[in-house]
Amino acid sequence: MIRTIQTLIIALACIAFTLVLGASIWAIASDPGQGNLPQLLSENMGRSGVEHPVTAVLLNFRSYDTLLEIGVLVIAGIAGISMSKTTSLEDPDLRTSDPLLYALQRWFIPLMLVLAGYLLWAGADRPGGAFQAGAVLAATGVLMRLGGIPMDFLRPGLLLRVGLVLGFSVFLLVAVVSVIGGDAFLAYPPGMTKPLILVIESVLTLSIAMVLLALFVSAPVNDAEDPEEGDPS
Amino acid sequence: MTDWLLDGLLVSALLATAASALLSRDLFRAVVVFIAFGLLMAVAWVRLQAPDIALAEAAIGAGLTGVLLLDAVSHLGNKRQQASRREGDKP
Amino acid sequence: MTSSLLYAMAGAALCGIGLFGLLRLSHLLRKLLAFNIMGSGVFLIMVALPQHQSGPDPVPQALVLTGIVVAIAATALAVVLIRRYYHLSGMTSLEGEAGSREGGPL
Repeated sequence: MIRTIQTLIIALACIAFTLVLGASIWAIASDPGQGNLPQLLSENMGRSGVEHPVTAVLLNFRSYDTLLEIGVLVIAGIAGISMSKTTSLEDPDLRTSDPLLYALQRWFIPLMLVLAGYLLWAGADRPGGAFQAGAVLAATGVLMRLGGIPMDFLRPGLLLRVGLVLGFSVFLLVAVVSVIGGDAFLAYPPGMTKPLILVIESVLTLSIAMVLLALFVSAPVNDAEDPEEGDPS
Repeated sequence: MTDWLLDGLLVSALLATAASALLSRDLFRAVVVFIAFGLLMAVAWVRLQAPDIALAEAAIGAGLTGVLLLDAVSHLGNKRQQASRREGDKP
Repeated sequence: MTSSLLYAMAGAALCGIGLFGLLRLSHLLRKLLAFNIMGSGVFLIMVALPQHQSGPDPVPQALVLTGIVVAIAATALAVVLIRRYYHLSGMTSLEGEAGSREGGPL
């Protein structure tokens, strides 16, 4: 009985919250607004080095946000890996005996890798870019993991650490170098914007895929009653 | 007119799948409906003229999140053991 | 009233639905689903509202793109934490929240 009353009160509170949110959206929508961001953006597209506005915003005009975002991803990856208690990263139970999955893997994994590379390249002048390519690359890794293909770069070691921090450190390096050169933080030297954006996007793709894959693999696979790795019992 | 019909249907489908994902009795069904919610969101992003977000939502929201949550559901399930049961097992 | 405003209102409704689920559901994975739904609602508002005022706006689209990737990383970390919690305590809900009587969601 008490629980039903509690549910009702919470439901009323959420309905009130939704109505207030909707009313404020309506009020903001009727207001014409001061700045005109799309126009400002299209005027400055020539200085950004790429033709697609979303990529230009992500990698040039608001590159500081992207830098912090990849930093957050690295922190999440480190936190996830530190909790990992899997007994083995290549569990033989996971190796598939299903011929359909095996056949699909042989076809899909190369196709997905090519797709990820295309998405990364296409981000310059059409929808695409580092984030989408990183997501497809992580999905490829998950498909490999589900099929039990051993992935040595996910063992705790040098390769894992390098892959995780590569994106963030290259990005930070570019930012700091421009400070040393006398310019503002994260100001690309004009004339080198296109190659710099390409390099940063490539390492970002790799790092994003690595972080997502490490987070997937580190979810523990043992049950509540099994002893942990390293327990004396 | 058909634009409004499409948008209205998409919005109601979004709200219906969201409510159904939260209120399903079976956790596995909730996650599957959540994957469907992700795919509908990808279509909504296309309608909002944001193809980059549609690509990312299709890959991440429907693909990666779905696999992650299904893997978690298969290990956690709907079990709700209380702490007292575990304490009874320990010597 | 363009169609973008309809999507912004749908985003507000999704926020409300997600908030209700986050507060009321007791299983930790359901709370995670509700949190993700609330996040999708916020992203819808962020993209649809400027679109209603001045057409397709790339700046909030870029921010939402970043937001989606951060949300999946946070969800994956949350799943790791939930599974560790289940491993250590055997429970799938927090201590103060009792489950419902017949095993339903609420």
